[in-house]
Amino acid sequence: MSRLLKSAQAGTVESTDILIMLAPADPGAGITVELISPTMQQYGEHIKNLIIKTLASYGVQDAVVHANEKGALDYTIEARIRTAVMRALS
Amino acid sequence: MINAAGRDIPASIPGYHTVKPYRGPFATQPDGRMAGKKLAAFAPGRQKVLASLEEAIEASGLKDGMTISFHHSLRNGDYVINMMVEAIARRGIKGLTLAPSSFLDNNDKIIPFIEQGVITAVETSGARGKLGKYLTMQTPGKPTIIRSHGGRARAIEAGELHIDVAFIAAPACDRYGNINGVQGPAACGSMGYAMVDAAYADTVVAITDNLVEGMLAPVSIPMTQVDYIVQVDCIGDPKGIASGSLRYTSNPRELLIADMAARVMEYSGYFKSGFGMQLGAGAASAAAGRFLREKMIKQNIKADFAIGGILAPFVELLEEGLVKNMFDVQDFDIRAIESLRDNPSHHEMSCSFYANPHNRGSIANQLDFVILAATEVDVNFNVNVITDSNGVIMGASGGHSDASAGANCTIVVAPLLRGRLPMVIDNVQTIVTPGDSVDVIVTERGVAVNPKRADLLENLKHAGLPLMSIHDLKKIGYEMGGAPAPIKLSDEIVGVVEYRDGTVIDVIRRPVL
Amino acid sequence: MMFAPGNNPAMLQNAGIYGADSIIFDLEDAVSIPEKDAARHLVASALKHFKYPCEVGVRINHISTPWGRDDLECVLASKPDFIRLPKGETADEIKLIDEIISEAEEKHGFAAGSIQMMTAVESPKGLRNAYEMATASPRMMALAIGGEDFVTSLKTTKTKGGRELFTARSMLVFAAREAGVDVIDSVFSDIRDEETFIEEVKLIKELGFDGKSVVNPRQINLVYQVYTPTDKEIEYAQKVLAAYREALERKSGVISLNGKMIDAPMITRAERVLAYAAAVGAYRKEEAL
Repeated sequence: MSRLLKSAQAGTVESTDILIMLAPADPGAGITVELISPTMQQYGEHIKNLIIKTLASYGVQDAVVHANEKGALDYTIEARIRTAVMRALS
Repeated sequence: MINAAGRDIPASIPGYHTVKPYRGPFATQPDGRMAGKKLAAFAPGRQKVLASLEEAIEASGLKDGMTISFHHSLRNGDYVINMMVEAIARRGIKGLTLAPSSFLDNNDKIIPFIEQGVITAVETSGARGKLGKYLTMQTPGKPTIIRSHGGRARAIEAGELHIDVAFIAAPACDRYGNINGVQGPAACGSMGYAMVDAAYADTVVAITDNLVEGMLAPVSIPMTQVDYIVQVDCIGDPKGIASGSLRYTSNPRELLIADMAARVMEYSGYFKSGFGMQLGAGAASAAAGRFLREKMIKQNIKADFAIGGILAPFVELLEEGLVKNMFDVQDFDIRAIESLRDNPSHHEMSCSFYANPHNRGSIANQLDFVILAATEVDVNFNVNVITDSNGVIMGASGGHSDASAGANCTIVVAPLLRGRLPMVIDNVQTIVTPGDSVDVIVTERGVAVNPKRADLLENLKHAGLPLMSIHDLKKIGYEMGGAPAPIKLSDEIVGVVEYRDGTVIDVIRRPVL
Repeated sequence: MMFAPGNNPAMLQNAGIYGADSIIFDLEDAVSIPEKDAARHLVASALKHFKYPCEVGVRINHISTPWGRDDLECVLASKPDFIRLPKGETADEIKLIDEIISEAEEKHGFAAGSIQMMTAVESPKGLRNAYEMATASPRMMALAIGGEDFVTSLKTTKTKGGRELFTARSMLVFAAREAGVDVIDSVFSDIRDEETFIEEVKLIKELGFDGKSVVNPRQINLVYQVYTPTDKEIEYAQKVLAAYREALERKSGVISLNGKMIDAPMITRAERVLAYAAAVGAYRKEEAL
């Protein structure tokens, strides 16, 4: 299990990217994701689940995530989460 | 009932006349006689020039519930649609049907007049921006009727779209009502769309900022069709009407698609001297023209004619002698407007001449090639150019289905992904052009040929193109972007998409956002 | 070889569509210092998710910088086809990276030796050691010249004809040929100047380079145009090889074509012409054959 030490962000709001803003949350608070996406109907649930799953793969269980997505594919979302987690842990 | 494009169309649609389901590109035949305007006489000595818009509205006999029309050749620089609707609203007239040849972004300003009930129905080729969203989400009362350019000319000539008053933005107009589009500060080039309105509307009012003394020449719309003339300060902003110089796209993905589209043309079997083509105004289409030019020079192949919305690169083909004649329904840049004015091989044509399916033959029928863009394509080759992936009106039917039906080789170009949305999908949101009339889909990751065109597929095997089935193309997009969840739609029909022959090919249902 | 900036999602996901023979995801010059971590994560993720239609390499930051080792650790887990080292100067650097790759291959269960290497030579010292670097590891597949830095280290500027790099380019070709590895030319960054670009490609082809690095997909076709053998060259090569085969069948020691003696180098060159034609033909078949 990893505890986030500070807020961190990764990515951009350019086309095909996603801006992830990650903030620590109280232990047991779980993960909340606020997502802005041009394809909310088509991919909103998928993207939220992917964010939670990726955070979990780094042992993050409590966090507040603001995500501003601009057409990012899964590989980019996973990478930006990874970067944000590493930055928040250091 | 399920129409021939596989869409479920209600037997009747509130606010829309009798539903005739789409049966196939050339299955529905017309009957009856052409419509026509009322007879009129105009004795020597009378004046057509009126002092104000108000006087013109009064003189035109415009009343509640009538249909008015405009052309969109001044594109985003047009002042006339907004100016007229405002003047009509001031006179307290209500319940009008607004039937322009199309809308552009600058027409968002008419939304308040729909809200006030001045306009209660819209018939158009398409709508963008806030207006498109408004027509989808709020609706003026009746569903918006979407027609192709050829379909609109047909509807007017058949009397299905009866125009009571046509307001024609006239870049040059004399005191007797002769009009052309190539002279004056708001020159827009071809008057191809307005020609049909002028010929069939009961009353024609020209709005001009360039009232010419004496006889105007050349004449695009003749005085014989024009009732009244109003002079205003300015009918449009030249910057919005035509772009000064076309910048070729430098987007490598668009260039790649353009290169492949040109190779499809080269190997299609139709790339022989004497061919006819339409190139769209999209970036990839314009770039394809440039690649094609190299091939024409190298192989000494010349085209008989080119048509379409005209851009500088097509003018170059004409001037270099690679194209014998150019027929022009609309212009997009200054170079094209100047060419129409100055080059005797560059001809103006009406929208009926261009693409009406129910006359005695249009030039679209003689096309070998057309390159068209798409918002979405499905595995049955159906094309959507009217709604976005959320089901909101944001584009225009244009000449898409017209040229597709006419051309021997219809090439649709689209990126395989926009953002993360795949553009080749199971079912397009709205069908504008049926897959029956689409031959090749070109994306940056693969080229798919309609299985109905085994001949074309055979020819293209030697082109060195990444040929694959449309299902494989779909799969690549889905693997990258993921399968999109379907959007939620209400039952309410906010748009009726007519095929060019007047049958209903699809309906637009209000999305639940 | 086409470069794509490592922190640009659109470029990474589309890099495979332009017909380059290999792609290099750049973590070095194309990435700002605060984004070094983000770029390596993105590149690693792209390599894991996509199957590219060509070789994919990663240009890491030099192993002596604060990012070089992290780059390697991160991207090697996704098994790129090769690692490109910038500013290579000594055989020791190559050996060090070779070891790191070996460890990663073992750790991640990749076949030993499956990840290749190349280095760019961007200084006189690197040029002097080029042969040693090229032979420092069996992973080494190519040498490249980094023109911009090289020119700067010579205290000169780039000229249109590339006179200033003439000797360096030739020496690099010698080193690569002696070591038996490929040799790739530098990038040409003014993408609008197609004419000078083509001149440069012609020059480096004549010097013996196996290929050119490009910064924009639009340059790829131009490289192919220059490198694609002409119909005449292909036809001649086919005739030479046909004459050779015929001579072999006849067990004749002397081979001649149109009264001209054919010797071993001519046969080698003919084979190379046809190999190139076929390689390019995979992309532009009708132009090669």
